[in-house]
Amino acid sequence: MNNIKFLIIGMLFGIILVKSEVISWFRIQEMFRLQSFHMYGVIGSAILVGMISILLIKRFQIGTIHRESIVIPDKKFHWGNVYGGLIFGLGWAITGACPGPLFAQIGGGTLVTLVTLFSAIAGTWIYGFLREKLPH
Amino acid sequence: MEIINQPWPWYIAGPLIGLVVPALLLLGNKTFGISSTLRHICAACVPANISFFKYDWNKESWNLFFAAGIIIGGFIATYFLSVQGPINLNPHTVASLQQQGVKDFSGLLPGDIFSFNKLLTLRGFVFMVVGGFLIGFGTRYAGGCTSGHAIMGISSLQWPSLVTTCCFMIGGFVMTWFILPYLLRL
Repeated sequence: MNNIKFLIIGMLFGIILVKSEVISWFRIQEMFRLQSFHMYGVIGSAILVGMISILLIKRFQIGTIHRESIVIPDKKFHWGNVYGGLIFGLGWAITGACPGPLFAQIGGGTLVTLVTLFSAIAGTWIYGFLREKLPH
Repeated sequence: MEIINQPWPWYIAGPLIGLVVPALLLLGNKTFGISSTLRHICAACVPANISFFKYDWNKESWNLFFAAGIIIGGFIATYFLSVQGPINLNPHTVASLQQQGVKDFSGLLPGDIFSFNKLLTLRGFVFMVVGGFLIGFGTRYAGGCTSGHAIMGISSLQWPSLVTTCCFMIGGFVMTWFILPYLLRL
């Protein structure tokens, strides 16, 4: 039951994704063709608000609702960031979606996206399978 | 209601998405990220004794609830909070896509490429199956996607996330400008 609050936040996030049209394949094409500011505005202002929020949390040492202190794990650089990032970028431009929008499209009744999602799960599995052999 | 039913501009949607970051932190020290759900699904359903999938995914189940929420939110927004109608795209984008062979602009995805009927055509297979595979493989290799790296990572001032986000964009530009025109002609 503890997880219901995350379900609700996810729900609100899903609504925003649909209402801002960022789950549209065409909007992603506009972005990569540099023919619209929309996606850059969405991602840019989301980063800005996220950054200010985290600065405030750190500055005033705000804790969680369970009175724990907030810890953000460090991300260590590895070459997978580069190789994987490039590979995901290719897929993003083909499918017009990243993982969040995949879920939102399915909820919105675009059921063919289930194919893309299953394939993405398969891709993750193959990564896990090959992980030790890949350069990082 | 009138305003809610119209598409939301970036300066409303973007800051609201940004607020998901502190909301998850304050509600339980969770870091925003969606591609990890794909890993948890693998760990829960087909771990196959692979060390990368041998961990207690139950501890991360909040992430799966979050993803389920996105599905429900997608449903609510599409069926109860939207007016139907085509998206107001830049005419240049429409013209160049038409020139490259896209015909159907009515839905979220071009229906002449993304549909169950087209799954067994070469073009449909590449766009849905290969495209999806690249998303799943690439995000896990990179350790995150647009939410985990671009939004959460850069927000918390982590330079590896900035590098990763630049790579996302480079991959997308290369695909859109140099490869996609050929894939659309398949």
